[in-house]
Amino acid sequence: MTADTGVYLYAVAHDLGIREPEGLTGVDGRAVRVIPHADLVAYVSTVPLDRFGEEALRRSMEDLDWLDATARAHHHVVETVAEAAPVVPVRLVTVYGGEGPVKELLDRRHDDFVTVLARVTGRQEWGVKAYARAPASAGAPGRKAEEATVGPGTAYLRRRRSDLHEQEEERRRAAVGAERIHEVLAASAVASRLHRTQDPQLSGRTEWMVLNGAYLVDRDRAEAFRRVVDGLSEPGVEVQLTGPWTPYSFTVLDEADGERP
Amino acid sequence: MTLPDTRGGVLAAEGRLPSERVALVDLLDRLLAGGVVVSGDLVLSIADIDLVRISVRALIMSVRESGLGDDEPFEG
Repeated sequence: MTADTGVYLYAVAHDLGIREPEGLTGVDGRAVRVIPHADLVAYVSTVPLDRFGEEALRRSMEDLDWLDATARAHHHVVETVAEAAPVVPVRLVTVYGGEGPVKELLDRRHDDFVTVLARVTGRQEWGVKAYARAPASAGAPGRKAEEATVGPGTAYLRRRRSDLHEQEEERRRAAVGAERIHEVLAASAVASRLHRTQDPQLSGRTEWMVLNGAYLVDRDRAEAFRRVVDGLSEPGVEVQLTGPWTPYSFTVLDEADGERP
Repeated sequence: MTLPDTRGGVLAAEGRLPSERVALVDLLDRLLAGGVVVSGDLVLSIADIDLVRISVRALIMSVRESGLGDDEPFEG
């Protein structure tokens, strides 16, 4: 380890004597290795600080292709090591100065890691997104007639008020529907978490996302959970299932929760 | 950015999604709002990055903000 390299951390697991699969590479195409310490292992790879230092990352993060490749490389490592044993993934782009600080982390947060590992063992995360179709309020019949009686300006203002009211109603109904879907799914899961709904620009869909939930489900309950999801689609609401995921959404563990002095 | 347009149930029936078919935005929901956040002798974490390009910043902020506040994981 030299001053020009850092240690990129992917995930932490129990030390079961399992070592990294041969040939597994992570971000920047670097080989993944383990740092065993305190009954835990950290999955890491060496990264050059000229590409993973603060200045370089400030530039790289502006590059969507770089972000895409890095996120997928991180995910690939987490998924691969999760096949062998439960893991606690670490947030994207977490870089330490050397192996020493990683071992200190495993010491300092040992109990937290063990707690989270117990929470996710034998369980998978499923993502459920629900989309409401946009209300078809434009071009309603009777508008021409209205314009003829009250004039276009007044008709416009009335129409605008009416559209806004309809949209508000639609949103209220969709929110109630999303809440109901979430309740049904949460009842079939060990734990649940709501992610922020995705902007249509990001989701690439014109429908309006009303639910972006994550559900932690026992592995042997996966089929039952899928059946519950399949039963939720209804006219006007499309429900989409993603997964199974390594339980990223259920391994949030902020330093503030730990033993900060 | 391409997204699977097939129904989730169909994809799920095929088993685990290959990484390349996972939508980046779904992945970032998890990689930026999930996972353990650690500190102490860090050279760098994503929170340190000041994002400049609007599209990427919007993408990341839309995800990152969901990791805070009232939507922490809860046992159900």
